[in-house]
Amino acid sequence: MTPLGGYLLVAALVFAIGLAGALTRRNAILVLIGIELMLNAANLNLIAFWRYGPHPEALTGMMFAVFSIAVAAAEAAVGLGLVISIYRHVHTTDLDEMNRMKG
Amino acid sequence: MNLVFYVLAGLTVLGGLAAVLLKNTVHCALALTVAFAGLALLFLELDAQFAGFAQILVYIGAVAILVVFAILLTRGSETPEDGVFSHTWLAGLAVAAAVFAVLGWAVIQSAPALTHESAAPVVTVNQIGNALLGRYVLPLEIVALLLTAALVGAVIVAMHEKEETK
Repeated sequence: MTPLGGYLLVAALVFAIGLAGALTRRNAILVLIGIELMLNAANLNLIAFWRYGPHPEALTGMMFAVFSIAVAAAEAAVGLGLVISIYRHVHTTDLDEMNRMKG
Repeated sequence: MNLVFYVLAGLTVLGGLAAVLLKNTVHCALALTVAFAGLALLFLELDAQFAGFAQILVYIGAVAILVVFAILLTRGSETPEDGVFSHTWLAGLAVAAAVFAVLGWAVIQSAPALTHESAAPVVTVNQIGNALLGRYVLPLEIVALLLTAALVGAVIVAMHEKEETK
């Protein structure tokens, strides 16, 4: 196993864990946590390909990861704001109980 | 593949598993912080110092705190009596396992094509700053706009609505 293969396997495992969390948990905040884990796994892929790619001095993969981190932070802020807003309406964060779109 | 990589990979995967599996939501947030720290250390191990420290600042410093705030504001720390997993958990687990199987198969099949050791790239913060304000100045401005919009949007979405304003 080459180092790049090892990092890619770890990223795949973290992505699968995040996906399982997002698909199986009932708490909306835990679903957001799963999505954050998936985004982080993608970042690890970007950095690993940058490090072992043919032109690491071009900085492309690292810049992609840094911008991805910024977008993920914006996503987390808006997502948690939405969860708090929904909680104020239906007084729960349980996704199984959120079965209507009317407020 | 050295010992440091295995330790950090184990830390990250265990943190992620705990974040997804634990019953208490606050414990999940703490385990998530451990997973973020493991990923940041993996970035440092990959000679991406800037991305590693950005990961620590943004994720451990900001996102983890936001998650804890959201949990405490929504009484999400109370564990429901009828379990923490959705009733369709088996289907979700099957989808995740299938995705991991495909990804792992693809990585292992392409192992001969993956490059071996290469010299560590020397990247200074000076170079990153020049790249950000040179070649990547347009994405930087767009991200700045996006963060401003997200800040305003998150505040508006989470703001208290006045009861029956006239």
